Amino acid sequence: MMDIQIQKKLDSPSGNMVLDVVFTIEEGQMVALFGESGAGKTSLLRILAGLLQPDKGRISVHEKIWFQSEPKVINLKPQERNVGFVFQDYALFPHMTVLENLQFAAGKRKNSNLQHLIELNELGDLKHKKPKNLSGGQQQRVALARALAQQPNILLLDEPLSALDDNIRRKLQKHLLEAHKEYKLTTILVSHNVEEIIKLSDWVIELHHGKIVEQGHPHQLFASKEINEDFKVTAEVLSIESSGNSFIAQLLVQNHVLKMSFSQKQGKSIQKGDRIVLASNDFKPNVYKK
Amino acid sequence: MIWDPLLLTLKLALVTTFLLLIISIPLASWLAQTKSKLKPVIETLVSMPLVLPPTVLGFYFLVAFSPGNAFGNWLNDWFGIKLVFSFPGLVLASILYSLPFMVHPIQSGLSSISPSLKEASYLMGKSKWETLTKVLLPNIKPAVLTGIVLAFAHTIGEFGVVLMIGGNIPEVTKVASIAIYDEVEALNYAAANFYSAILFITTFAILLSVYLINGRYIKPFWK
Repeated sequence: MMDIQIQKKLDSPSGNMVLDVVFTIEEGQMVALFGESGAGKTSLLRILAGLLQPDKGRISVHEKIWFQSEPKVINLKPQERNVGFVFQDYALFPHMTVLENLQFAAGKRKNSNLQHLIELNELGDLKHKKPKNLSGGQQQRVALARALAQQPNILLLDEPLSALDDNIRRKLQKHLLEAHKEYKLTTILVSHNVEEIIKLSDWVIELHHGKIVEQGHPHQLFASKEINEDFKVTAEVLSIESSGNSFIAQLLVQNHVLKMSFSQKQGKSIQKGDRIVLASNDFKPNVYKK
Repeated sequence: MIWDPLLLTLKLALVTTFLLLIISIPLASWLAQTKSKLKPVIETLVSMPLVLPPTVLGFYFLVAFSPGNAFGNWLNDWFGIKLVFSFPGLVLASILYSLPFMVHPIQSGLSSISPSLKEASYLMGKSKWETLTKVLLPNIKPAVLTGIVLAFAHTIGEFGVVLMIGGNIPEVTKVASIAIYDEVEALNYAAANFYSAILFITTFAILLSVYLINGRYIKPFWK
């Protein structure tokens, strides 16, 4: 179990703010830190890893104190925390091959079983390649395998999938979930992708300007904001023109362009470039498999 | 012997470069990551030899280490170290004089590496030393090579500092650049030309090889 209670003054692009959070994470959970950029998610992750020192507070993990500001200052170095960390830029060592990266992380640990990690992450064909010859998704898999090679107690991921396209992203989510279960890890993941959080995590902590504004199970947390309508999506208006008694608009919904007709009254109230919400309280869709 | 000044120059450049490398790696890695208020002062001191006339350095060196003064006398009495008009003195002065040529490339190389590489290594439980030698330095080989070669070539080209504190003692402090000056004063142009041509060709070849390797025109031996 991780008990976290910390305060830290941060210089953010939007001025000074104080990261001030108290929360608990059960062993074996996958927890997502959610919130807009600049909310303090990455700083919180860096504090847990020991890369950033909090001003005040206490962090204890499995009853061992990692940090405390009083009565006596204790601050374990990053080297002493055995945390697996997947950086946003992956931080693969450019002069080492994939296998060497894993071996370096495993160090003298006997049971790291690199062969199994290589298979789990489908790295067999890549093991003698240098990172610069890998695609983004491949680099991400190496970064994950490398973080696991050191047999960490805790795995921290800083928006690991944000730079990847949807297909690779889904595949890597699967890898991540498998590894999390197999190695019985406690995983903390920074993400601003709701779909990803719902798929992966058992608990979400939402940060806003350095404070926790909400936490709970992802389904409840994300659903609670949408109780007024049965269904709604956000769309961007690409074009709108009048056609007889109605208006025809082209809308961008996620990656799809839809054509819809609007009544005179609705059509006059929206313009090209607007962001609008399409809502329906009596929504009965036809469902079919892709 | 006519080769003595050249051999002495080579010896001075090799010893100086080797010691500089040992000193500059920790110094450059400190400068690359420190947030200390002392940093600008240290950076200024390291860069001073770039703009200061070598004679200024030589003059203060003479004043400090002359056996006629308290400090120089104490060094001589207690340790038997005589730094004025001696080879060890030349080495010490050359190290100070070529310091920016070794420190600057290594410092800028280290600053250009993403900090997450260092952090990733720490999180794997690696010490600062292991991180420096196994992660950081291998990724800035061109910068280290540039530092080594510039420091070596710059030491070959020293004149003012050497003349001030080394004088012109054959086989002890008479390096090639001094020998050229000496021969010209004696109107012995053939000998001066001999030394000059060798220095010209050597430094040209050294610098050219750096530009070829770092510009990827030829493949370095470590790849």
